[in-house]
Amino acid sequence: MHNFIQAYSWLNIRYLLEGLWVTVEVSVLSIIFSFIIGGLLGILRYVKIKYVSAIIGFVIDIIRNLPLLLILFFTYFGLPNLGFKPEVIPAAILAMTVFESAMVAEIIRSGIVAVDAGQMEAARSNGMTYVQAMWHIILPQAIRKMIPPLVSQFVSLIKDTSLATIIMLPELMYHAQIIYGQNSNYVLPMFLALAVLYFIVCYALSLLSRVLEKRLSA
Amino acid sequence: MINILVRYWPELWSGLLSTLGSSLLALVGSLILGTLFAFMEISSHRWVKFIGRVYVEVFRNIPLLVVTMFFYVVIPMFIAKVNGFTAGTIGLTIYTSAFIAETVRAGIEAVDTGQMEAARSTGLTYTQAMVQIIFPQAIKITIPPLGNQFINLVKNSSVLAFVAGFDLMYQGNVVAATTFNTSDTYLAVGLMYLILTLPLSYFMRYLEKRLA
Repeated sequence: MHNFIQAYSWLNIRYLLEGLWVTVEVSVLSIIFSFIIGGLLGILRYVKIKYVSAIIGFVIDIIRNLPLLLILFFTYFGLPNLGFKPEVIPAAILAMTVFESAMVAEIIRSGIVAVDAGQMEAARSNGMTYVQAMWHIILPQAIRKMIPPLVSQFVSLIKDTSLATIIMLPELMYHAQIIYGQNSNYVLPMFLALAVLYFIVCYALSLLSRVLEKRLSA
Repeated sequence: MINILVRYWPELWSGLLSTLGSSLLALVGSLILGTLFAFMEISSHRWVKFIGRVYVEVFRNIPLLVVTMFFYVVIPMFIAKVNGFTAGTIGLTIYTSAFIAETVRAGIEAVDTGQMEAARSTGLTYTQAMVQIIFPQAIKITIPPLGNQFINLVKNSSVLAFVAGFDLMYQGNVVAATTFNTSDTYLAVGLMYLILTLPLSYFMRYLEKRLA
C-alpha cells in the first residue's frame, strides 16, 4: 500500500500524464492523416482504374500484412541508412500513418463493396452521374457500415503507439518504464496506472462509436 | 538484401520458427480461453456474464505491449521466473483471447434462435443443444475471422522482440546491429513476414468470398 502512495506522487502522475498527452497527440495526428490518405486509397482501389487500382491494392496488401513494429523500425533505423533521418515524433507519426492508411483503405473499400449493387443501379437509372450516385447514395450508406471497424482500428492505433517506446517516443509506456526503472517498488503501481489510463482513453472511444452508430442508423 | 538473407539465414530462419511457434501456441491457447469467455458472456448468470464482459473489455482496451511486459516484468518479481518467449506467448494468448471471445460470441449469436428452440423441444438440455447444435454452426461462421486473427497473431508476435523472445523481429534487430545495413535487413525481415502472412491473407479473402 505504501508503495502505491509513493508511486502515485504528483511528480510521477504528472510525468505519466505528459506521456499520455504525447500518446494522444501522435494518435490524433496519425488518425487524421491515415483517414485522409486511407480514404483516398480505398476509393481509388474500389473504382478500378486500370493498373493504378491493382498496384495500389497490392501495396496496401503488403503493408497490412507486415507488423507495425517492423515499419516503425524501418522508419526510424532503416531510413537513415538511405539518407533520410526523421526525428522521433515525425518518425512515429509517419510509421503509424503508413500502416494505418493501408488498414483504413481496406475498411473503406469493403464498406463500399458491402452496399448493395442495386443501389448504384437504381441511382444511375434515376439519372444521377456516377459521382453523384457515389456521393449522395452509396457513401452515406457505406459510412454507417464503416464506423464500427474504423473506430476499432483507431482504438488499436492508440494502443499501438505504445510500440513507439522502442524508438524512445516519450509517450505513456515510455514514461512509465522510466518511473519503474528507478524503483522496483513502483513496478506494480505503474502497470496498474498504464492499464487504467489506456483503458479510459480506448474505452471512451469505443463508447463514442456506439453512440455515433445509433444516431446514424436512426 | 539477398546477401543478408543468405549470410544470416540460420538466425532469421530460427526467428521465423519462433514467430510461427509462438503464434500457433497463442492461437490454440486463445481459442480455448476465448471460447470459454464467449460462453461466460452469454451465460444467464449475472456474475458469470459480468466477469466475461469485464475480461473482454479490459484486454481489448489495453495495449498488447502492456500485457506482455506485465508477464515479463511483474510476474518474475512475485511468482516465478519466465523467459521472454514464454512471457510473450502468454501475453499474446491473453490479449488475443479477448478478441476471439468477441468473434465466437458474435458467431453464436448469429445462429438462428429457432435452432436452439428446436433442439430444446426435441428434448436436449441447454448444454447439449449448445455443444451439439449451436456451437458447430457458430464455428463455421467464425472461421474466416479466426484466420484473420491468426494473421494478426503472426504480426503481433513481433512484440516478443521487446522481451528477448528470439522471434523474427528480434533476430532482425540482431542482424541489423551486426551488419549496420539497417534498411536492407528490415526489408529482408519484412519479406520473411510476408511469406507467412500474405498467402494466408489471400486464402482468407478467397474463403470469405466462397462462404458468402
